[in-house]
Amino acid sequence: MKLNVKIMPKNGVLDPQGKAIENSLSQLGFKNVSEIRQGKIIEIDIDADKDQAINIADEMCKKLLVNLIIEDYEIIFDREK
Amino acid sequence: MKASIIVFPGSNCDRDIAVSIKKLTDLEPIMVWHKETSIPNSDLIVIPGGFTFGDYLRCGSIAANSPIMNDVIKKATNGLPTLGICNGFQILTESGLLPGTLIKNDCLSFLCKTVSIRVENNETNFSKKYKKNEIINIPIAHNEGNFFANEDTLKKIKDSNQIIFKYCNQNGEVNNETNPNGSIENIAGITNEQGNVLGMMPHPERATCEITKLSDGENLFKSISEFLL
Repeated sequence: MKLNVKIMPKNGVLDPQGKAIENSLSQLGFKNVSEIRQGKIIEIDIDADKDQAINIADEMCKKLLVNLIIEDYEIIFDREK
Repeated sequence: MKASIIVFPGSNCDRDIAVSIKKLTDLEPIMVWHKETSIPNSDLIVIPGGFTFGDYLRCGSIAANSPIMNDVIKKATNGLPTLGICNGFQILTESGLLPGTLIKNDCLSFLCKTVSIRVENNETNFSKKYKKNEIINIPIAHNEGNFFANEDTLKKIKDSNQIIFKYCNQNGEVNNETNPNGSIENIAGITNEQGNVLGMMPHPERATCEITKLSDGENLFKSISEFLL
């Protein structure tokens, strides 16, 4: 079962990478650009059925993949193997 | 007496720490590889700086889950003095031994320079050889040293006097201009609530020998030594 974990900086937490991208885009002439935030997506293949896989991925997020102080996450079901 | 220095792939301040410990304390430094599952009988644990596991995922996050960390957490929770410097501070927050976390510097660049920090609390076993409000010069070298904690956590940290060092200027002024990396309240180092675990971004071990022309880090090691005697 393939899953994606989408991790984003929490609202209100400084996201210097998003800010740097925003500055660069504006220098390149892209106007009306705002609220750029950079996160990450982690692809995981878990050998389990969908519900189990989501539970396992959730545990992975809490133990390692996500720092809940500064990040929010979402488990996105990708497609059957 | 022994000090266990935990060595991870990518640790790069481990030997500097060992030199400082040998020079300034009565502790014998021993290197403990991260794949070990128990720490030999020790009076101090040090988690040195570096770029463990290439800073992948989040700084310190992979190291915080290394096999040795179960025993580090157990011993630190039971009161064993534990010091984390730079990446070691990041590992301590990632492992839950210290509150808050460290995010990218707000200036968006790697900082490598000597900064002034003010001793906010000299009543800990890591800082008792300093005077309260003493201004000391210690090098920093980090990309993710911007201390962050939510409001509740910050309140707890302040209420229990857990802030040990704050970034300042030569006159001891603590404000936005004297904040190199965007840390909340200019925080450069904190302890846990019990006071036996210290994490700090500046490198005291780089201010203990003639080569660096800095000596303000010496009292940190002397404080530990005095406490352990």
